[in-house]
Amino acid sequence: MAETAFLDSLLAPRSRLPAASSGWLKQRRSAALERAGALSVPSARDEDWRFTDLSPLYRLKLQPADGKAPDAAALEPLAIAEAGTRVVLVDGRYVESLSRPMAGDGVYVGGLARALQLHEAALQQALASTARIESDLFAAVNTAFLHDAAVVYVGPDRKLDTPVHILQISTGAGTASHPRVLVVCGRGSEATVVEDFVSLGAQSSLTNALAEIAVDVNAGLRHVRVQREADDVYHIGNTSIALARDARLRSWAVTLGGRLSRHNFNVLQQGEGIDCEIDGLALISGRQLADTHSFIDHAHPRGRSRQLHKTVVGGAAHAVFNGKIRVNAGAQQTDSGQQSRTLLLTPRAHVDAKPQLEIFADDVKCAHGATVGQLEADEIFYLKSRGLSEATARNLLTYAFAAEVVEGIPVRSLVNALEERIMQQTQTAELK
Amino acid sequence: MTKQQGNGLLEVRGLTARVGDRQILKGIDLAIRAGEVHAIMGPNGSGKSTLAKVLAGHPSYEVTGGEVLYEGRNLLELPPEERARAGVFLGFQYPIEVPGVTNSAFLRLAYNTVHGSRGKEELDPLEFDDLVREKMKLLQMNPDFLERSVNAGFSGGERKRNEVLQMALLEPRLAILDETDSGLDIDALRIVAGGVNALRTADNGILLVTHYQRLLNYIVPDFVHVMDGGRIIKTGDKSLALELEERGYDWVAREYKAKAA
Repeated sequence: MAETAFLDSLLAPRSRLPAASSGWLKQRRSAALERAGALSVPSARDEDWRFTDLSPLYRLKLQPADGKAPDAAALEPLAIAEAGTRVVLVDGRYVESLSRPMAGDGVYVGGLARALQLHEAALQQALASTARIESDLFAAVNTAFLHDAAVVYVGPDRKLDTPVHILQISTGAGTASHPRVLVVCGRGSEATVVEDFVSLGAQSSLTNALAEIAVDVNAGLRHVRVQREADDVYHIGNTSIALARDARLRSWAVTLGGRLSRHNFNVLQQGEGIDCEIDGLALISGRQLADTHSFIDHAHPRGRSRQLHKTVVGGAAHAVFNGKIRVNAGAQQTDSGQQSRTLLLTPRAHVDAKPQLEIFADDVKCAHGATVGQLEADEIFYLKSRGLSEATARNLLTYAFAAEVVEGIPVRSLVNALEERIMQQTQTAELK
Repeated sequence: MTKQQGNGLLEVRGLTARVGDRQILKGIDLAIRAGEVHAIMGPNGSGKSTLAKVLAGHPSYEVTGGEVLYEGRNLLELPPEERARAGVFLGFQYPIEVPGVTNSAFLRLAYNTVHGSRGKEELDPLEFDDLVREKMKLLQMNPDFLERSVNAGFSGGERKRNEVLQMALLEPRLAILDETDSGLDIDALRIVAGGVNALRTADNGILLVTHYQRLLNYIVPDFVHVMDGGRIIKTGDKSLALELEERGYDWVAREYKAKAA
């Protein structure tokens, strides 16, 4: 069986993993490894993977990452000017020489080893806590390899004035890597964190990423996730964000790269009065597949959530959006809204979009809408009546559709870079 | 119908058009010479706006007969963008929103595309900024308008001013303004009409499609046409508009039927 062989080869390098420094960490790793062995490899028979066929991934012969770091010069174009701190993970390994860490005054940005020395209690509480290790094979495998991580710790009432840039690099040399991120926002704190996925090489590789984010009482987090790896990377990402009472989350998830990508995005409202706004954009073409599974769990009263997910599909690409919102029995006066909008640019482009509302409370406001369409003839005509060619009119409208999501990102240089990228992508013939 | 003259700009002969199975234009004859302003009035559903859209090349309307000559060329065989580049401009009744694209970027793109096709050099953003700010004064527009997305969240008045601003930038030879006055208060109407008048020259022609005589107090037409049932049923001078304001349209239709009978 290709699946079993794949999992065996994926787990084999684990025997060479250095010993964990803490007993609890060692224990969590072993538990995850055990779980990975017990879980079956996802297939199209699983409801959660109905539209996303992983069999091309299972056929890959992947190597463990060799640990070589790229030159600092190669990272120059990827820098985010506004970011005061940066953590660089290369194939999941923290590389201090490429990073700009920070420790002191109740704030920590850097690798896992030092974080364990400084903030062990907070880490013990947050690490491997909300990730779905029990049910998700990839989350379990990532945790089984948990040795390094990018860690952001913002102490109570601290405010990070500049964004943290977590640059997660796949060397793309036919490797499998398991990058890990932990963000802990203390009570009343504020921070902006950019998770940025890129790749350097051009061989089929696997990025199996996992981020756990905990936002404590009355804290505010702005979270940006950009996946702009090359088109031959297989990307599986798990993000779980746990929000405590009165916490605020503003998040943007942008998927541009990857031959096949899957993002499981779980937002757990674990207290009253939480406010979250979650925007997503997937812009794909050629033979790409991009799958977003989001889950917003309202578990307490007076929570609010807004979600806008936009998808632009060109070529023979395939997009999947499964947006689940659950309002539990205790979550009265929840106010939730979800919009999914898809633009199909070619007859061969395809989307499976499914809103999924599960409401167990009676005093709630839940609105959702999904549209799938082509560009409006009236819009194209308006632009053509101003002299623009058919192609320019289409490109401009496609650009505008996609750019709406990234415009709000609170990091100007990143907005510019993304708009540039969207502009390029909406002008390539391949998208047509 | 009059023969095309030396300074003939637009010649519409027996034009028929439909949308889906519905025949809307049932034989339009209209001649516009350079320097003239024509107004087309008529009740709702008479086909006024359809005529405007057909002349600009809207894809939802199918021309089923007749011909349209613009500067002596067959206009109907040109796609909309080539009509625009050749100098035909449609001011939209309901201008479209384009969220995510700033007005300054959009206007410069349109300007450079249209004037580039006429052999003019492209303007860079700074040069264009000077030009557009000058034109905006004509319409008393707020400078922050340039940074906003095209028509997104604009009031009716702002949208119509934006249409006339585009007309000012693209310098059409034939401007077709489709209900540019609808939904405007008197002050906004004065500004918009002032803008249109400033753009009037001996070399261009203007076709106003309107419901209301009020507009024609500010932009004085040379000819007023009444449309009904997909045809022009009466043509007169500016005094006809005043008469329509006073007596409505019914008498024109009755007169037309009596003549036909």
